[in-house]
Amino acid sequence: MNEQKASDTVDVREFHPRARAALADPQIRQNFRSAMDGLMGKRRTAFEGWDLEALRTLGASVRQNALAHLPDLLEQLEARLTANGIRVHWALDGDEACRIVTDICRARDAHSVIKGKSMVSEEMHLNHHLEQHGIDALESDLGEYLVQLAGETPSHIIMPAIHKNTGEISELMHDRTGTERSTDVEYLTASARQQLREKFMNADVGISGVNFAVAETGTLCLVENEGNGRMTTTVPPCHIAVTGIEKVVPTLADMSALLALLTRSATGQHITTYFNMISGPRRGEELDGPEEVHVVLVDNGRSGIYQDDELIDTLRCIRCGACMNHCPVYTRVGGHAYGTTYPGPIGKILMPHLIGLDEGRHLPSASSLCGACGEVCPVKIPIPDLLVRLRRESVDGDRLHPSVVRGHGAKRSTAEALAWKTWQWVHAHPAAYRLGTAAASHLRALQPDRLGAWTQYRSAPKLAARTLHQQVKDRRS
Amino acid sequence: MSARDTILQRLRNRTGDQLPTPERDFTAMERPDWSTGDKLARFRSAMEPVHGEIHNCRGGDWVATLSGLLSDRRVSRMLVGSGAEPLATLRASTQELPDILVYDEPVENWQQHLFNDVDAGLTTTRGGIAETGSLILWPTAEEPRLTSLVPPIHVALLKASELFGTLREAMAAQQWSHGMPTNALLVSGPSKTADIEQTLAYGVHGPRELIVLVVE
Amino acid sequence: MADTLKLYPTRPDKVYFYGTCLVDLFYPEAGMAGIRLLEREGIEVIFPQEQTCCGQPAYTSGYHDEARAVARRQLSLFPQDYPIVVPSGSCGGMMRQHYPQLFRDTDDQERAIGVADRVWELTDFLLNVCHIRLQDLGKPVTVAMHTSCSARRELGLGGTGPALLSQLDNVTLVEQARAEECCGFGGTFAVRHPEISGAMVSEKVSTLTDTGAREFVTTDCGCLMNIAGYAEKQDAPLEGQHILSFLWDRTSHDEGGSQ
Repeated sequence: MNEQKASDTVDVREFHPRARAALADPQIRQNFRSAMDGLMGKRRTAFEGWDLEALRTLGASVRQNALAHLPDLLEQLEARLTANGIRVHWALDGDEACRIVTDICRARDAHSVIKGKSMVSEEMHLNHHLEQHGIDALESDLGEYLVQLAGETPSHIIMPAIHKNTGEISELMHDRTGTERSTDVEYLTASARQQLREKFMNADVGISGVNFAVAETGTLCLVENEGNGRMTTTVPPCHIAVTGIEKVVPTLADMSALLALLTRSATGQHITTYFNMISGPRRGEELDGPEEVHVVLVDNGRSGIYQDDELIDTLRCIRCGACMNHCPVYTRVGGHAYGTTYPGPIGKILMPHLIGLDEGRHLPSASSLCGACGEVCPVKIPIPDLLVRLRRESVDGDRLHPSVVRGHGAKRSTAEALAWKTWQWVHAHPAAYRLGTAAASHLRALQPDRLGAWTQYRSAPKLAARTLHQQVKDRRS
Repeated sequence: MSARDTILQRLRNRTGDQLPTPERDFTAMERPDWSTGDKLARFRSAMEPVHGEIHNCRGGDWVATLSGLLSDRRVSRMLVGSGAEPLATLRASTQELPDILVYDEPVENWQQHLFNDVDAGLTTTRGGIAETGSLILWPTAEEPRLTSLVPPIHVALLKASELFGTLREAMAAQQWSHGMPTNALLVSGPSKTADIEQTLAYGVHGPRELIVLVVE
Repeated sequence: MADTLKLYPTRPDKVYFYGTCLVDLFYPEAGMAGIRLLEREGIEVIFPQEQTCCGQPAYTSGYHDEARAVARRQLSLFPQDYPIVVPSGSCGGMMRQHYPQLFRDTDDQERAIGVADRVWELTDFLLNVCHIRLQDLGKPVTVAMHTSCSARRELGLGGTGPALLSQLDNVTLVEQARAEECCGFGGTFAVRHPEISGAMVSEKVSTLTDTGAREFVTTDCGCLMNIAGYAEKQDAPLEGQHILSFLWDRTSHDEGGSQ
């Protein structure tokens, strides 16, 4: 399997052609529209009877406090995990994290890995790396499994196969696993269960992500519905958890607040079927559970984002996906158009730090700044403000506040900069502005019908006979 | 310098302003002081919509209820932990029950058997959470982790007196912060997925059925 | 985001009117309607002739030096302590929510905050400061309303337009599906990502026409230009008006003399 190779070759800069292709595909449009409508409705219902604003304020304050004490918390977490018998590793970037995982696998002579859902492992391109080292890595979350069968990447961080409908999945499973074609979801699910049970039993290592890491007790928390996460972290003799360094929270109480927000925001569930809290390998007389548990704390750009007073808010994210579900752009183009590990609004503010603003130059602009993402974010990340910040950085548009993100200024073009300079001159000279607008109104018969991209879908707005400035003046005289 | 030291040093030598530490006001999460009856009703109304099946039992009656439920489902082999209870009650019962398999040796010795031949697993719980309809499972050497995961049916015993309003209440009352087991779980229904076109399907990797016997 | 609690001023004798560039060029009748509604409430309206643009197009495009230069000119338009009213949630949001940020670390920061605190979107001002009472003189009509994202989310005005319309006895307000979703305008977004914007406005027009209404009103000329422009080009049976024009036309004996 070389699905991750495919994702490595995706050129993030080719956003427009991919978006156009998605927009022209009625099946994709329909799949996302109905899925997002469903998710928005479920979220709304799940928060009924709650003071959502107060809850979001709590979520934000929990994350802000955790970030303010991040280095101390990481050290506390490391000490507690170690005392619990969990081995802690640190990785500066994705490659280093991959090497750590591979080394653990090699030391155990492991050839078969079963994976629970982990966006950090997607960020690291871990599957690809393992394949290169002769280690078979199989995804066990049903959505991830399907995406892997198809040789694709997830199109949503919570529901990886949301871009496919039942018919497409049936075809896929038939082609790749010999499952009988069926539109019965129960049947397809049961078939996947059958295939994966064998794999769980025979896997040498289980790899999972982490939703929250609790410093006070040294506990790794995983949120899931399927039970594949429990299988992955319980059945194989070795469990490796990979996590971003920002996932740590000080106390169990902090964790409970984020849990309440996460599942309701993500899928509209009061809680997921399983909330799995791991605080150690099999101990003493215990009869099951892994002999070894490892945690890889992955930086991969996070300590860089941490330096900036505004961009640091990106690190509050608890990966619920609500911003995607409510984003009118994501809903139209789907997750693959972005070409990034994290799609949608959170991806637009997170990916530039991982891949640079040169490669990710189109990401910040692909938003109408409608604010729906910021409105639903359970930890109040000011996503629209951060989009504006990154737009500024992508054109180096502020002499007072120099750009800091790698690849900044990549989108600046002489022509556009000149156009804005001209705009500035006109609007900073009121007399010139009045003269110009009055002249335009006077000559409105000459107004062209076609105004580039605007009139591709709309008729051109019509200039008024007299401007408001003139009409107000007319009344006075 | 190691990756660890580099990361920690970068975080400690942060260039920006002092980071804000707004007060964490947990009152938004507080729920009213529910009576045991309220809690049971809430527990039920949260768990039933996600296909958890709940039966109220009185004292030792739970074995009779269990017997009926398992025979309806033609369960022939049930896995139980090696702890004194509920094993003693089951063994003392005259009810018709499936073969009882006691989980008393390391999983490596009998994994195939566990995955292929066991129809149900019976566990105790360390209480429940009314608000979300969740069971608190606290696996031990006497009641190993996989009992509640691998068999297609999971039966859980819940004492009505151990039902808490919220997760925070349970954590505080049971002093979780003083020490967690190697693995603790909240279980809120049978295993499920909506990964195929948002259509719910049960029993994807874990149990297809979750049966809660509430013992008063 | 509209996080801060709004403290409305007491009803003033005078206000500054900030018309916005889109109203100035394309929809002056909406500006005139706003001025007349205020005057009918007994408020003197001051229209600074030196006003141009709030700077938002450059700001959201990332050209903050240029945005600041233009916005700085606007800061000096309001020397007295009167409220500043704006017939747009988008420009109002820019001035109220983003000016302080745009001018941070500059000598104008205090002045920017002073202006921002006095900025009010006009329908909000009519409803919650003037406590306007509208008497409907028009024929029965069914309308839909699209509240701009900035009015709804930046300024928290999702209920303002409907509250004003509910005062009109002969107006039936119908709500379209996904009323809270963006129409796809987004300023330069509409021309930088025309296909996505086009897909968004196409669905917005469908949901609006699905209500059965043949007219819609909106708080913002950007949305108006986008939605009405799409409907016109596609021959969809839908016409749009700025909510201020609509309110004035229905409550005035003077046949919309703003043309």
